[in-house]
Amino acid sequence: MNGAALPRLEARDVSMRFGGVVALEDVSLAARAGEVTCLLGDNGAGKSTLIKILVGVHAPTRGACLLDGEPVRFRSPMEALSRGIATVYQDLAMVPLMSVWRNFFLGAEPTSGRGPLRRIDVERCREETRAELAAMGIELRDPDQVVGSLSGGERQAVAIARALHFGARVLILDEPTAALGVRQSERVLQHVRTAADRGVAVIFVTHTPHHAHPVGDHFVVLRRGRVVADEPREALPVEELAALMAGE
Amino acid sequence: MSRRAAGIFTRPEVAAAVGAVLIWVLLAGAAGPAFRSMAGTASYLNAAAPLGILAVGVALLMIGGEFDLSVGSIVGVSGMSVMLLTTEPAWSVWPAIAATVVICLLIGFLNGLTVVRTQLPSFIVTLATLFILRGLTIAAARGFTRRTQLGGLDDVAGYEFARVVFGSAPVAGLRVSIAWWLGCAAVATWVLLRTPWGNWILAVGGQPEAARNVGVRVARVKVGLFMTSALCACLVGIIQAVRFTGADALRGQLQEFYAIIAVVIGGTLLTGGYGTVIGAVFGALIFGMVRQGIVMAGIDADWFQVFLGGMLLLAVFVNRYVLVRAQRAS
Repeated sequence: MNGAALPRLEARDVSMRFGGVVALEDVSLAARAGEVTCLLGDNGAGKSTLIKILVGVHAPTRGACLLDGEPVRFRSPMEALSRGIATVYQDLAMVPLMSVWRNFFLGAEPTSGRGPLRRIDVERCREETRAELAAMGIELRDPDQVVGSLSGGERQAVAIARALHFGARVLILDEPTAALGVRQSERVLQHVRTAADRGVAVIFVTHTPHHAHPVGDHFVVLRRGRVVADEPREALPVEELAALMAGE
Repeated sequence: MSRRAAGIFTRPEVAAAVGAVLIWVLLAGAAGPAFRSMAGTASYLNAAAPLGILAVGVALLMIGGEFDLSVGSIVGVSGMSVMLLTTEPAWSVWPAIAATVVICLLIGFLNGLTVVRTQLPSFIVTLATLFILRGLTIAAARGFTRRTQLGGLDDVAGYEFARVVFGSAPVAGLRVSIAWWLGCAAVATWVLLRTPWGNWILAVGGQPEAARNVGVRVARVKVGLFMTSALCACLVGIIQAVRFTGADALRGQLQEFYAIIAVVIGGTLLTGGYGTVIGAVFGALIFGMVRQGIVMAGIDADWFQVFLGGMLLLAVFVNRYVLVRAQRAS
């Protein structure tokens, strides 16, 4: 088996119905290691539904998800996470009033000591948070500062760095640039690229072709629950991508 | 101002500590040597201790984003349970205390389970529990003994040792309950700031969806917090039953509100996710100092409640200011 060519995470001919409403119809998407796969579409095109199927929030009406070529059916996002599929949500990635290092290690705190004296290794948390963010090109003033004091772009960077630190093999980014200004968006796009360059399969969900095009290796465009384009970057100039999005 | 100095004013408990010092100075001036003496100090620390213990549990719970209005009623349940178990089945003191702890933990568990299962606001759920438990306590006391006030715990086997542990005043009029108070606060602070559970409590109160997304078991943390606040209330009920050698079915009334006030004065946000146990210690200390100091200063005790309400409002304003500062830069 040729492991390099095999998509790491794949949705194959997935359809989803909610009652009588068709949310997705025969949608396929393949995320490969080291690549940024952009999932584009207007609001209501079915991007979120597809992501929710990939991480086990919904079970598809038809079709299947494959991890490393093996069919999988996650029962929850937690199960997906335990298999290396991390999702970063736009608003719900961080606890604003907690410090950066507390957020970074939330749910996976490294401890020292035993029994009732088992405690968070705070120094290690601070150091590793600082180091991981430095690796993303972010100089943290103080790992004890609260996340709420970071810019929107920095928060996304912390969330991406966290996913990478905990060994994510697939990273799903849900509209990471949606609420950001131009400069901050550019920084986040760099982080998206960094993640892929480290060998992660990145799925970048966005409705902005001008954000997707500079970093994407592959584009899947959804419109009203159907795939209208599934092309590598070379085959799809940004103008064409924008036109596809607009439905022209 | 240096960043470090500016950072101190964004710590949630600092305002309460400063407030405690100011109030001490004020009362020391107004009430004179009676307040500053060892006896005066013991009197306000003793008054603060039971509320302080309640406030430890309530603080953790509020940081975790929930309320518990039933803690006052659990104090009543706890004391009455000790008394009924030592009179009706005539158990000795220690088995009665052990069974009471189990009963209170069960009440906390049911409070928590109801909140996480129904997704109803804990304010409403525990308001219901407040009345249910108080009613049950009065009914049980009357049903078994035809009275709502029971005494004579000092005649029961095991009382002497229980008095040493819960009811004695070993040094200079300072009651052992002060040690319980500070001990509980120390353990809770350790848990909150240095253990994974503490991290989860902060996250569950601050942004439950984000916590869930990274695998924190939100429901389990919340149920644990309700059991903790019930356990603190249980301890207060036991301490008071042992100290007064009896129980009153009405004991603990209004304590749920005093505990919330102490926690809020201590800098914890009503909306959860932010606060400290140390702040609640200062909140309870302020409560004790004002309650005893007002009397020592010769002011009518009626003014206590006016002052308490005023403190609460002031604290909420200060907390909001601190919060804005903390979010802007730390």
